[in-house]
Amino acid sequence: MRKFLDETGIALLISFENVGLRYGIGPEVLSDLSFQVAPNSFQFLTGPSGAGKTSLLRLMLLSLSPTRGLVKVFGKEASTIRPEQMPIIRRKIGVVFQDFRLLDHLTTYENVALPLQVRGKMEQDYRQDVRDLLDWVGLGDRMHVHPPVLSGGEKQRAAIARALIDQPDVLLADEPTGNVDPPLARRILRLFIELHRSGTSVVIATHDLSLMDQYDARRLVLNSGRLQIYD
Amino acid sequence: MTDKEKPSKSATKTATPAAKAPVKPKRQPKPLRSGQSIVPRESVASTALIFVIGIMTFLACLTLGAVSMVNTSAAKWQNDISREVTIQIRPFDDLEMTKAIRDASNIALQFSGVSKVTALNDAETARLLEPWLGAGLQLDELPVPRLLRVTLADGAKPDFVKMREQLEAQVPGSTLDDHRTWVDRLTTMALTMVGIGSTVFLLMMAATVTTVIFATRGAMAGNKDVVDVLHFVGADSKFISGQFQKHFLILGLKGAACGALGAIILFVILGIWSSSSLATPEGDQISALFGTFSLSWSGYFWMIIVLIMVAILTAVTSSITVRRQVNNLQNYRK
Ligand SMILES: Nc1ncnc2c1ncn2[C@@H]1O[C@H](COP(=O)(O)OP(=O)(O)OP(=O)(O)O)[C@@H](O)[C@H]1O
Ligand SMILES: [Mg+2]
Repeated sequence: MRKFLDETGIALLISFENVGLRYGIGPEVLSDLSFQVAPNSFQFLTGPSGAGKTSLLRLMLLSLSPTRGLVKVFGKEASTIRPEQMPIIRRKIGVVFQDFRLLDHLTTYENVALPLQVRGKMEQDYRQDVRDLLDWVGLGDRMHVHPPVLSGGEKQRAAIARALIDQPDVLLADEPTGNVDPPLARRILRLFIELHRSGTSVVIATHDLSLMDQYDARRLVLNSGRLQIYD
Repeated sequence: MTDKEKPSKSATKTATPAAKAPVKPKRQPKPLRSGQSIVPRESVASTALIFVIGIMTFLACLTLGAVSMVNTSAAKWQNDISREVTIQIRPFDDLEMTKAIRDASNIALQFSGVSKVTALNDAETARLLEPWLGAGLQLDELPVPRLLRVTLADGAKPDFVKMREQLEAQVPGSTLDDHRTWVDRLTTMALTMVGIGSTVFLLMMAATVTTVIFATRGAMAGNKDVVDVLHFVGADSKFISGQFQKHFLILGLKGAACGALGAIILFVILGIWSSSSLATPEGDQISALFGTFSLSWSGYFWMIIVLIMVAILTAVTSSITVRRQVNNLQNYRK
């Protein structure tokens, strides 16, 4: 596992310092957040609907810039990252979007293989890996169909598979169990735990309390723009 | 909107083999790949763009052909004319033509740069006059002016003013035509044509580039979802622009091929027409002006070059446009 040291010598993947966010001239959605995501850690990000979980994940993913404060990713201050360095950072972050964002004109197999394809890998080198992963998330017999034909839960698992395929250093998952029944939610959670054991840092945004009860992990709780951390 | 219709089409496509399964005992293994590009071809393909590129290429080729034809003819005339001047001796009642011809050639030969003076003999003069006076001409019976062809050394410029003065003083009835005014006018005209042609050509290329830039921006806006996802899975601007570039290269090739082919066909037809009407007086006039109307092989060759150039220009322009846009999007501080 690579280490990303900040100036105090602590290894960190993501670190926020007094981060505030507002959309346009609206009210502050997030205010004065300071927290870190350490390597090989597991945390739930929770809070009521509209509390800003998705916004916080977007800040971590560098798809939003904060209104105030500092966001550091892999030891680099986000505002100093040049556009051509962005893909290198994004390749170390796997992300599951709340709305999946699968490409409808490609098959499920192609969607999951996309991160490998953009890295310039040859199809014969990864075909089996993609099949194995799809089997593992229970989509073995659905890989040739296009996302619009998939059920909500199947889309969710396809999105998760796409985030995992290149073994990222950090996994950011936004409501990854929002569309599945409790048994499947448990399976997906076990999948994330396994991923965490193999060295990936996992951040799961969810408001599903029963899910969090199944695994004892760090909790980041957002409430009216403020963050409370329960280690 | 078409994007939303497409998946449902493919959905029915994938659903049908399953429905037919009882009829067909052995099911074909379903393909893993959709055969679609990451950026769907239909979302970029645009008949309007092909049309515009086609027209631009057609006009560019016409300009090129016209300029090349004028240039070739002008160069030919210029070369012929500038290496020769003519002395004309009009016959008088009491003029001894043979002596006059001898005197005139002696005067001309005194000037440096004059390499040869030949008097057109009766047969040659008769041939020159044939179109006007018919064959079988007896020059002795007619007061026909005689011509002396003065050949100049390459690049030489003898003092024609002095030569003209001496000739007029010593050989009555003689005039010197040095074609200089013609040559100067021709040069100016040819240069002007080339200048105008090049400007028109460049303007058309600029218009093509601008059109492609707008079309690319449109295609990117239409594929915003795809571009976003590509960003998040770590695609760099080179990969993303490559996805668009391959479609635009094909669009450019199609449009440019139509345009260039149209221009080539037009020139071939004009060539055939002008050579078939060569015998007629109008044909003679046209060929006097343009040489023959046929375009040289190099003219056609350059049209093919234009074709390839337009296609590459289209691909490169779209690629640069995508990269710029992508880098703007990737720019963290927007
Ligand atoms: N692009 C945007 N422009 C303006 N306001 C936004 C935008 N995205 C989110 N917001 C607002 O920011 C607040 C937080 O939204 P966010 O999506 O982060 O909440 P969330 O915690 O993910 O909610 P949920 O649990 O329902 O997914 C909301 O009030 C929302 O209206
Ligand atoms: Mg959300």
